[in-house]
Amino acid sequence: MRIALFITCFNDTLYPGTGRAVVRLLERLGHTVEFPQAQTCCGQMHFNTGYRPEALPLVRGFTEAFAGYDAVVTPSASCAGMVRDNHAVVAEQYGDGELRRAVAGITPRVYELTELLVDVLGVTDVGAFFPHRVTYHPTCHSLRMIRLGDRPLRLLREVRGIDLVELPRADSCCGFGGTFALKNADTSTAMLADKMRGVLDTGAEVLCSADNSCLMHIGGGLSRLRTGVRTLHLAEILAATEGDPR
Amino acid sequence: MSSRPAAPHNVVWLDAPSFPEAARKALADTGLRRNLGRATATIRDKRLAVTGELADWEQLRQAGAALKRRTLRHLDGYLVQLEEAVTRAGGTVHWAADAAEANRIVAGLVRATGSTEVVKVKSMATQEIGLNEALAAEGIDAFETDLAELIVQLGDDRPSHILVPAIHRNRAEIREIFVREMGRRGRPAPEGLSDDPRALAEAARLHLREKFLRARVAVSGANFAVAATGTVGVVESEGNGRMCLTLPQTLITVMGIEKVLPDFADLEVFLQLLPRSSTGERMNPYTSMWTGVTGGDGPQEFHLVLLDNGRTATLRDTVGRQALACIRCSACLNVCPVYERTGGHAYGSVYPGPIGAVLTPQLVGVEHAASLPFASTLCGACYEACPVRIDIPQVLAHLRAEVVEAKRRGSAVPSAEALAMRTAGAVLGSPGRLALAQRAAALGGRLLGRGGTVGALPGPLRRWSGARDTPAPPAESFRSWWKRTREGGPEKEDGHDCP
Repeated sequence: MRIALFITCFNDTLYPGTGRAVVRLLERLGHTVEFPQAQTCCGQMHFNTGYRPEALPLVRGFTEAFAGYDAVVTPSASCAGMVRDNHAVVAEQYGDGELRRAVAGITPRVYELTELLVDVLGVTDVGAFFPHRVTYHPTCHSLRMIRLGDRPLRLLREVRGIDLVELPRADSCCGFGGTFALKNADTSTAMLADKMRGVLDTGAEVLCSADNSCLMHIGGGLSRLRTGVRTLHLAEILAATEGDPR
Repeated sequence: MSSRPAAPHNVVWLDAPSFPEAARKALADTGLRRNLGRATATIRDKRLAVTGELADWEQLRQAGAALKRRTLRHLDGYLVQLEEAVTRAGGTVHWAADAAEANRIVAGLVRATGSTEVVKVKSMATQEIGLNEALAAEGIDAFETDLAELIVQLGDDRPSHILVPAIHRNRAEIREIFVREMGRRGRPAPEGLSDDPRALAEAARLHLREKFLRARVAVSGANFAVAATGTVGVVESEGNGRMCLTLPQTLITVMGIEKVLPDFADLEVFLQLLPRSSTGERMNPYTSMWTGVTGGDGPQEFHLVLLDNGRTATLRDTVGRQALACIRCSACLNVCPVYERTGGHAYGSVYPGPIGAVLTPQLVGVEHAASLPFASTLCGACYEACPVRIDIPQVLAHLRAEVVEAKRRGSAVPSAEALAMRTAGAVLGSPGRLALAQRAAALGGRLLGRGGTVGALPGPLRRWSGARDTPAPPAESFRSWWKRTREGGPEKEDGHDCP
């Protein structure tokens, strides 16, 4: 199976460790990962902020970069959601017939990492070892947009050494919302405070999720207050082994 | 029928600041935060319990959504059918293109009865058109009889929730309002009134009973009207609405045109969806339905005012029109993490919360409510809770694009945000430019970062960095790591020890 990694512009620039973890994990499971160098961004920020015409070249670029692969995997639930729900909207509104066909062709082959692992590759025990107290935040887009369900938790439960604890009011938004955090910084901070309270109540050392963007938000607050809790993308926990801990 | 009203009227409060500014004040109101946090949590839990117990809840939602969408597609036909049925049953139908026309019609009808006061059933449509203020200008007193609306009216306040308009008040505040204001508008509060909920409700009963027994005219809204039969209906919890709908001689109902349903049997769906979604009850305590007038029983004169006020303009938008399917249950408010913290006043509209953020800008035009489509993280909790499956995040994103487009048209000079988006678009439009930007960011990270994080950020990013650290951009982006280690073949050293 030809698996292409869609790293996302955000992870590419700020969280390359997550991308390396995805590569390490999939290769450990016996798959070959390719990185199409023409890829850049799914256009989510432009789309969600109202700059739809600006998203059009990014949608087109995505279809060109990932044409011809059996599966496209991404360690971002919200970027997967953008591709799946909104690329067709952009193509319909601003694109031509060719782009609409290209989008329709690629979209069903785009998987968020845990979907690829559980649904396509059929694994939940990926041979990971992570001896820490961990809590999992199901991000809004992973929960309600692409509906990951309990896939991330099924993978985490199989990790050896892990002390997995439930996050109170887990399904409540952390307050990031992309440019919302800038446009409505006060409301965003109020939501962040409540999410951090939930994380701290668990006594966890590590907060993980399927999206580094939400983790940057929650982790940024946890770091500012020197809470002693760190954030880690789910992929980095799944990639960790006894010989190669995180 | 006309398009949007010339002025936004009461749909938006003209003195209201933008959402972020109003939210900032609300977030600092500790009493409000506590009242809202408790109240929304209680209603959320109740709703989850009674929607979870129905095996066919999802099918009910789908049926509700399908019925509403079909009705909206053929709205013109159903409205004419409704008019004929109501007229046949002895009622009179009036058509109002906007708030001003609706207010003129109602004031004229009240004046014709010779009465100078009306009792009111809780109604969003009359809030939307500012009917109470319009009647006051004509020398007519309008008395709210819903307990929460009474609290809002006596407190000279504004509603902050669709179902529970006084949700921002606690019982100590309510007691104080009753003691101070009841005597000025009728029967005073009893001596030594406590803030016990039973005592407060009893005080309201006594105050309102006087009004019910005297009233000759009532004004209501409507939860639905059946086109086939001309039956109009109101659901409520207190019975005060029932008093208004049965005691006076004249009943005037103001109803948004989107409230029509084709057939009586359609109520089967909506009378299940509405109470479970709004109050978290299996069945609402009072369901009042009337068909025209009945000799010797109830009001002998019935007027139905059909209100457009921006609705046909909304109907023209193929994405945004789904907001007209709203049955005003307010489930979206109770699950919204933004509403839960800011309350309803921050939205500056009679329609607060997620549904308000999509309905208000459409009713008045996006330029009059430009901050509302952005008052959401697009978390999707509203869509999941909506009994008629309005995809609120989809409409919000759609309206954001309209706001940006309206700003583009309105100004020759692009805003700082538009320039930033254009620059980001240019950088992200090419892998080469992105790689260059990443190298620049890595350099900046080395200069600014301490211990892997950056503290204060410049310019508008301060709004972020005021409460959050930011990771310093690492020395090597993923794509350069890939290029360095994989270009020559996948056997090379795994560079995961990079910072």
